[in-house]
Amino acid sequence: MSTADIDKSINLMFKTPSRSITMEFQGGEPLLAFDKVQYAVLRAKELNKSFEKKISFVICTNLTNITDEMLDFCKQHDILLSTSFDGPQFLHDKNRPKSGAASYDLFVAKLEKSRKALGHDRVSALMTTTKLSLEHPIEIIDSYLEHGFSSIFLRPISPYGFALKNEKKNRYETEKFLDFYKTGLQYILQLNDQGTFIIEEYASIILRKLLTPFSVGYVDLQSPAGAINSVIVYNYDGYVYASDEARMLAENNDFTFRLGHVASDSYQELFYGEKAKKIAEVWANESLPGCSECGFQSICGADPVHNHATQGDPVGYRPTNSFCKRNMEIIRFLIELLNNKSLNAEKIFRSWLTINERSQ
Amino acid sequence: MIPLRAKGKARNLESSVVKRVTRTDDSDNSSVLLWEKNQGHKPLSNSLGAIITSASEVAQIPANLPIIHDVNRMDHLSDGDVVALHPNGMVETLFRQESPHNALFITDRCNSNCLMCSQPPKDRDDLDHLFDLNMQLLPFLPRHTQELGITGGEPTLLGDRLYQLLSTIKQSLPETEIHMLTNGRLFAWKNWAWKLAELEMNRLMLGIPLYSDYPAHHDFIVQAKDAFSQTMLGLHNLARANQRIELRIVLHKATIERLPQLARFIFKNLPFAEHITFMGLEYTGYTPHNDALLWIDPSDYGNELSEAVHFLDDFGMNVSIYNLQLCLIPKDLWRFSRNSISDWKRTYLDECNRCSELGKCGGVFATSRKFSANIKAI
Repeated sequence: MSTADIDKSINLMFKTPSRSITMEFQGGEPLLAFDKVQYAVLRAKELNKSFEKKISFVICTNLTNITDEMLDFCKQHDILLSTSFDGPQFLHDKNRPKSGAASYDLFVAKLEKSRKALGHDRVSALMTTTKLSLEHPIEIIDSYLEHGFSSIFLRPISPYGFALKNEKKNRYETEKFLDFYKTGLQYILQLNDQGTFIIEEYASIILRKLLTPFSVGYVDLQSPAGAINSVIVYNYDGYVYASDEARMLAENNDFTFRLGHVASDSYQELFYGEKAKKIAEVWANESLPGCSECGFQSICGADPVHNHATQGDPVGYRPTNSFCKRNMEIIRFLIELLNNKSLNAEKIFRSWLTINERSQ
Repeated sequence: MIPLRAKGKARNLESSVVKRVTRTDDSDNSSVLLWEKNQGHKPLSNSLGAIITSASEVAQIPANLPIIHDVNRMDHLSDGDVVALHPNGMVETLFRQESPHNALFITDRCNSNCLMCSQPPKDRDDLDHLFDLNMQLLPFLPRHTQELGITGGEPTLLGDRLYQLLSTIKQSLPETEIHMLTNGRLFAWKNWAWKLAELEMNRLMLGIPLYSDYPAHHDFIVQAKDAFSQTMLGLHNLARANQRIELRIVLHKATIERLPQLARFIFKNLPFAEHITFMGLEYTGYTPHNDALLWIDPSDYGNELSEAVHFLDDFGMNVSIYNLQLCLIPKDLWRFSRNSISDWKRTYLDECNRCSELGKCGGVFATSRKFSANIKAI
């Protein structure tokens, strides 16, 4: 990303009416362009002296290339590291091949190093579910526990970008994911019941909506959709996308959700332009067929980018929609667990929602 | 029970006066001397504010001093207590210096008429009179007073003068925790909540009752139409104005019915409440008359109470149980139990004297005319 584009992106970022901003660096691998990260963090902090917003910084990284100097910088600027961890060695290595080195061993070593430098809870992990993962929910969870994580996000693979290219490897039935998810969640409940505290993040997002009066800032389950409303992606080439998924589509030459370019378009044109208006027509589940009369409407969300990517239409067709099928079943399953008094699930779920400081 | 009244005969008292109790006769005009008849024949100082005596002979006493003589008791008064001397011969204790449970009494009137009211409202206009007494009382209260209640009746019926009173309290007792009991209905007027906010009293807590998640049910319990809507609106207005709120739920047959649902309603709609108290019934006032509607033995609602308390506690809300004896509640609720019954009306039953948990237990209301049959020594 050119310095000029970084400057323009940061200027646009500060135009948000929101009082708090998360500035997240994604790639590729941001550590490979760490000078840009440093520049952007310092620039944002400098400008924020006058904007006075609450900014948190996140770097999404596989940690492979992290150095002491980088960690010093992260420590100094209170930057959170969000990393990818897929579970046991055979799985992590298979999902994340790295030429010439054992991906898992390197990850574990760097995770340790990063935690030591930044604090245990300043490094979080996300897992990617692949076809292979689907057969190993228990091992994955055990592996998270083994490495000191007290939360895990059992999430389906997204139908975009790199994952989409490996169609044979990664495209699996939603049914299979749901089996995986339920087995994993039940195992997690069992662990909690036996005194091991571990949170499943997706369940806790839905449960927060179900059981508490508080809002949840999770972009994939919002209506109006998270795209544009709570997230915007400034790409390395200066193009602006409605969401991370929108950017991934562009990697496959689908520019449907590209809003414009930081060099040629104004805030007004990007956020209130023709593209944004089109997306706005389909971003509220209150007005989507199949969602407008759904009982789970307030708990679920709208995802026009997903609908477009999987069904070729941002409105989507609910009877065969994987987003719909997955969320309806997970919500239904959670309510079933809540109503099953013998499982102690409600008590455990409450403990997930009241925890203040999460150590991930 | 500690008596708060004594009766005698008044002389030189045209209207009620408020004085601080003393037993030394060289005190000033703000003091009232307690004088025993066998205290000798030395003439008393003219600079005293007033005299209370058990004697009938008042020869030594300066002729124009306000006096209540032939009083039936004085042993309940300590130096530093503040009393009102009324023209009808009543000596009323307004402030007990040793007690943590002092309150300003605003009025006997109320705009609700709750089924279980322990102190039923009286329809007489006492606002002016009590406001006058309270304004006289305030300068006497020591600055180190830890807690002061404001109660009634319904204190908000005082209208604008309530803000005048609060503003005086803020000036004279900046360190004191102020706890006002109100049904919150008048705060449905937004400007009432804003006026409170303007006082910027961060030590003021409003204790507001909510008896059901179901409007008609709450309205029935407080015997006032639309009370639920007004209280809810009031609570939200107060929260918007950044006021501190305690929710109070009296436990009886009618509230137990929907207690778990009420707990859920509170968390979902009033998560800003700083404290939630579940309070055992004081069996006096209207309650004996509504026994069939209200009475349930506390040992029979342990499950409902447990569910409600743990639900709120699990979600991080601050919960207390008031007025219930430890032997009547499940042991897992003991940690929520507080010694809440005011010292002057707290007592223990004979059975309690054999109890190993007596020291932890808050006892029973001396004012209650019926107790659970299940109070048993532990």
